[in-house]
Amino acid sequence: GKDRVFNTPLCEQGIVGFGIGVAVAGATAIAEIQFADYIFPAFDQIVNEAAKYRYRSGDLFNCGSLTIRAPWGCVGHGALYHSQSPEAFFAHCPGIKIVIPRSPLQAKGLLLSCIEDKNPCIFFEPKILYRAAVEQVPVEPYNIPLSQAEVLQTGSDVTLVAWGTQVHVIKEVAAMAQEKLGVSCEVIDLRTILPWDTETVCKSVVKTGRLLISHEAPLTGGFASEISSTVQEECFLNLEAPISRVCGYDTPFPHIFEPFYIPDKWKCY
Amino acid sequence: MAAMAALRALRLRLPRSPGPGPARRLSTAQEFPSPEEKPQFPGASADFADRLEFIQPNVISGIPVYRVMDRQGHIVNPAEDPQLPKELVLKLYKTMTLLNTMDRILYESQRQGRISFYMTNYGEEGTHVGSAAALDDTDLVFGQYRETGVLMYRGYPLDLFMAQCYGNASDTGKGRQMPVHYGCRDRHFVTISSPLATQIPQAVGAAYAIKRADANRAVICYFGEGAASEGDAHAGFNFAATLECPIIFFCRNNGYAISTPTSEQYRGDGIAARGPGYGLMSIRVDGNDVFAVYNATKEARRRAVAENQPFLIEAMTYRIGHHSTSDDSSAYRSVDEVNYWDKQDHPISRLRHYMLGRGWWDEQEEKGWRKSSRKMVMEAFEQAERKPKPSLQLLFSDVYQEMPPHLRRQRAALEQHLQHYGEHYPLEHFEK
Repeated sequence: GKDRVFNTPLCEQGIVGFGIGVAVAGATAIAEIQFADYIFPAFDQIVNEAAKYRYRSGDLFNCGSLTIRAPWGCVGHGALYHSQSPEAFFAHCPGIKIVIPRSPLQAKGLLLSCIEDKNPCIFFEPKILYRAAVEQVPVEPYNIPLSQAEVLQTGSDVTLVAWGTQVHVIKEVAAMAQEKLGVSCEVIDLRTILPWDTETVCKSVVKTGRLLISHEAPLTGGFASEISSTVQEECFLNLEAPISRVCGYDTPFPHIFEPFYIPDKWKCY
Repeated sequence: MAAMAALRALRLRLPRSPGPGPARRLSTAQEFPSPEEKPQFPGASADFADRLEFIQPNVISGIPVYRVMDRQGHIVNPAEDPQLPKELVLKLYKTMTLLNTMDRILYESQRQGRISFYMTNYGEEGTHVGSAAALDDTDLVFGQYRETGVLMYRGYPLDLFMAQCYGNASDTGKGRQMPVHYGCRDRHFVTISSPLATQIPQAVGAAYAIKRADANRAVICYFGEGAASEGDAHAGFNFAATLECPIIFFCRNNGYAISTPTSEQYRGDGIAARGPGYGLMSIRVDGNDVFAVYNATKEARRRAVAENQPFLIEAMTYRIGHHSTSDDSSAYRSVDEVNYWDKQDHPISRLRHYMLGRGWWDEQEEKGWRKSSRKMVMEAFEQAERKPKPSLQLLFSDVYQEMPPHLRRQRAALEQHLQHYGEHYPLEHFEK
């Protein structure tokens, strides 16, 4: 009905602030931002308010029933403002959860988990998959746990970590590596960026001794840096080679140059 | 004049549906396209004008200030006297004066290095108790940081005010925030946060949820005239109007945002004049007149809930104290100005004059109350000083509802660190 699913005035700080208030009053709020590129006006409400609500009030108040959804990632022609992957900005913020699905089946289960989770969640939806991905999705509700990475394919020589659209890229890379180099890759979809599943990734790197992390977002300060830093702390003696990050360049996301910008399979390979 | 006609045309709205229910969209009564020579734009429903004329922002003769009492506590228009019973008026007076006493003692305690920070409410006590008294106990309050009297009116004990300021083990906020960042779930007072105006769109969302729950509750959202310049204020006003929320926006216009006077904060006619621009019912009141604040809030509350529409109250007042213990306002305003408000137009004095006039108070009662209220505050103060600080475990909890593995590890790391270097930390003040 129109009182449950509705338009608001065009104001991201208002959308998120309003959503926080709905959650504080005890109702479930799902706030949609049209593109993740436009989430920044709401940064204050997300980082200073939503993330800190429970902590600062001594658990007297919380906005755990808030979920923010936004289309995320490159789409072929989105350029600077319809292609961004801003998860790194928010990963630095204790108190929120960040979740990114790779497929329709994953999206439903992870989104339902975010909605039910008692903490404010940001759910980034790879927009290129809206029309490209087709999958049999059960009609009844189901949950996929948060903060649990998924090993899509086991391997012994190198661990590949990605999330969202990029998971499909590294899957292809794993196939290429096996066929052309005889290299056995362990492919991991991180799924939840914050809090992230250090155990699954570290366990894998202890086994393989090599790690490659890939994301569309720019290299410097991208979430691969956090993973790389933690893994070298925990798995230093097991590493056979430096950890590799294959990411977008440190430029705004270009329009005409997109095919050269993105960390495609050839760069990962 | 064309300007007034244009303004009148702006106020032409369809009546709102009474009672809770789904949000209604504005629908046009005529068919589209209409054969009449009227503008057909979806964005505005006004007539054509064929003379070029700009609307003058009406700063000189702005929105009038509603008051019930004059500065000597006499009722100006008997028809507007809320005729509050003696018991309630005494509660208003005692809350304001108790707050004033607590403010003095806690301000001093910061000066003495006992607490880290404090903000007084001098001069604005009337805005707190006048509005608080007009609400239902369960109405949800979102504040900014200078609304302590609202929480005090609702019965929040001195012990807990002190506990929060000292950050001791009794603080229900678990020692996480700076002093004066109070919160109380049971008394429906949402915990204060430092960023300005962030509470405004949140209050609107809460009001929307409350409307859907059909709860006969209102939301009140307090903020200063400085915070009203923030984008979040604009967002909140617009959302409240379009989504038809039962909320009272209460602006304390106290003349200063730290050192920024109102002349540098806005050029329009204060905050009340912005209301109609958003489609909000708006009023300006004398914030130092407890009865005026009460009447406006009472009526706004009644209609906000009955009609599901927002109300904007701009309470004019004066910040007699410094912005906080980190401020010295003599750097930007004259002592004479401050003294005028302290001596000639203070909410506490004006109510006292009224009470004296009614024979409800006298010098002896005043003396007795000053003594006993000060004693209460000192007792709470002394026992707050003696209490230990909360357990270090509370540094790590409530970031999420559950404790994630990485925080468990970090907590363990601190414990280990303290085993070796604990002597360099004030551990003896903290509960185990």
